[in-house]
Amino acid sequence: MSFARRAFVVAWKDVLVERRSKETLNALAFFALLLLFVFQFALGPDRERLTGVLPGVLWLGFILSGLLALGRTFLVERDHDCWEGLLLAPGDKSAIYVGKLMGNLALMALVDTLVLGLFVVFFDIDVGHAFPGLVLVVALGTVGLAAVGTLFAAMTAHVRAREVLFPVLLLPVQVPVLLAAVKATEALLLGEPLAGVAHWIQLLAAADVIYVAVGVLTFDAILEG
Amino acid sequence: MTDVPLIRISGIRKAFGAQAVLDGVSLDVRSGEAVALLGGNGAGKTTLLKIVATIMRPTAGAATVAGHDCARAAETVRRLVGFAGHGAWVYDELTARENLRFWSTLDGGASPDETLTAALAAVDLERAAGARVRTFSAGMKRRLSLARLTLRPARVLLLDEPFSGLDQRARKWLEGYLEAFKLRGGALLMVTHSLGRELGVADRIAVLAGGRISLDTPRAGLADDDVQRLYAAHVEDPV
Repeated sequence: MSFARRAFVVAWKDVLVERRSKETLNALAFFALLLLFVFQFALGPDRERLTGVLPGVLWLGFILSGLLALGRTFLVERDHDCWEGLLLAPGDKSAIYVGKLMGNLALMALVDTLVLGLFVVFFDIDVGHAFPGLVLVVALGTVGLAAVGTLFAAMTAHVRAREVLFPVLLLPVQVPVLLAAVKATEALLLGEPLAGVAHWIQLLAAADVIYVAVGVLTFDAILEG
Repeated sequence: MTDVPLIRISGIRKAFGAQAVLDGVSLDVRSGEAVALLGGNGAGKTTLLKIVATIMRPTAGAATVAGHDCARAAETVRRLVGFAGHGAWVYDELTARENLRFWSTLDGGASPDETLTAALAAVDLERAAGARVRTFSAGMKRRLSLARLTLRPARVLLLDEPFSGLDQRARKWLEGYLEAFKLRGGALLMVTHSLGRELGVADRIAVLAGGRISLDTPRAGLADDDVQRLYAAHVEDPV
């Protein structure tokens, strides 16, 4: 109970801080808009060409937005030395990780919704038939991205070259998630039923379980430095 | 005051690369006692405080709080220690009350609203309880940081420049709070640069210079001039 309450209060704090400052959200909304504008101009109106690259474009939007959002996760803890307070809080530190992850998932859910919405509008595609499956794939992919991103954001929070190191660490570890997510998205957009991408969904779910477990088990050591 | 050392620092050495900041520091602080740790910039005062608080690990030597090793039993030590460092541990976008609620919940026991109100009232922030911290002055943030300390039943307080930025009223409250803390049997280790009124709460003065405790003397009987003379002899003109 104490674990859940401590995790919840960390998530509550992060969501409240972001809701009031809107620092990350405003930047991400603008970034997503800009990104899709660029893709739209770069890819042109050729439908056949678009069909092949759309899943990759969509996930590029998710992952680039995610890199921006997740990289900032622990910056708020550096102000006024709040990091010390988290370190000195007695009890299981993985509750802090879970709380941070929950806060990041809330933020990423908003960003994903925005990117997906803009994607539909910009590329004029009909996702109606694939929508439930797409939501599942995006949700599972986002959990995988946020689980590792939260952990690596903690690892790099005090590193001088944080902005460079964070994506360099994160992207290679995300390969299984990205591969499964892009392939599943592609199949769903081409009209395959959810059962047809079950193997990719299983891979995503397995990666999520492993990434979250690694985060929970190693966060204490990372926080202690 | 009793003879039980609540804080025991034995031969602490801390090096950053090849440079040793602390080089064999030993110091005891007993139950009901307050020690003011003085020293020049970069003498290692904050580093020593952070080692006892379990934020840093020593390169060699050991520090214990109530017999628990700060490096090996950090979790136990953290339940016994209240720490206020240079940072106020506040989130600018949260209100004063929300900040206190956050830290008290993270500490394992969410304080009821009345307790939070009492803590805010103690540091004269009751009327600003609902205001976001980003509107606060540095002194108000400091007071909020001290209000956080009152929510934790600590046996040991580790304070880094606790009077810094406080107005006269807040200073008076803090002096009273620390005296009451000592009477309850707590041990206080306080880093300061001030040689004036805030040393009044200290029972002993320790000077850190050259990586070691170069002076450890009772405060009683020392006039302000004596303190300044001793400080100058050990920090400004060390033999």
